[in-house]
Amino acid sequence: MSSDATTIGGVSAAVAAEQRVTVRYFAWVRERVGRAEEQVAVPAGVATVGELAGWLATRGPEYAEAFRRADIVRAALDQVHVKPSAPLAGAREVAFFPPVTGG
Amino acid sequence: MAVRVQHEPFDAAAEIAALTNGRSDIGGVVTFTGLVRGDVDGRPLVSLTLEHYPGMTEAELGRIEAEARERFELLDCLVVHRSGELTPGEGIVLVVTLARHRGAAFEAAEFLMDFLKTRAPFWKKETFADGGGNWVDSRDSDGVAQARWERRR
Repeated sequence: MSSDATTIGGVSAAVAAEQRVTVRYFAWVRERVGRAEEQVAVPAGVATVGELAGWLATRGPEYAEAFRRADIVRAALDQVHVKPSAPLAGAREVAFFPPVTGG
Repeated sequence: MAVRVQHEPFDAAAEIAALTNGRSDIGGVVTFTGLVRGDVDGRPLVSLTLEHYPGMTEAELGRIEAEARERFELLDCLVVHRSGELTPGEGIVLVVTLARHRGAAFEAAEFLMDFLKTRAPFWKKETFADGGGNWVDSRDSDGVAQARWERRR
């Protein structure tokens, strides 16, 4: 019984370690990536929004093009504007988009 | 206190009537209406398409509105922003501010527009009569307009 409990504890710890986020893209970032949103398992070593953008850029030529001007692309974490240094821990939704042009 | 995102056109007069109906404490109402211009530097425009981030748009507009209410003596305010494909001459955005005195109403309307332009997650795409299309670039002047509110505090 104690070994079962250990196994269950071990499994839940492993699940908790893998963070899944919904990544959403807007405007020309969306057009270049070729999709509006996707589910992503955050890889080990990626801890911030900026690091996630850097990792996404390595996933293919369309991503590389979308994130080519990384200094221009803006981000939101759970629907609040953030800087690239913002930690991903606990977030469920990350969005990447050009500077806003409403109004 | 309200923010709305909708494709349908808005009616500024009807919105003012709804906000002022039955009240006698309001001394001034300021409205700003942003319209779709029919050309960009002389290049004729067919339409302007507004993409936005559903959920975040309403949340961000709500945060901007809450900040305006904290800074200015407002009795009420309203922000309506349209999304989707719009044609030249149509309204894009409506801001209505109501206060006892005009100063707060004017200032709050300008504040709301400056912050909306730099923070609300909307993106404009232009479609031209010559077949071209273009995502509008953000303007440095919008950032400058927002930044002056930092100094005023």
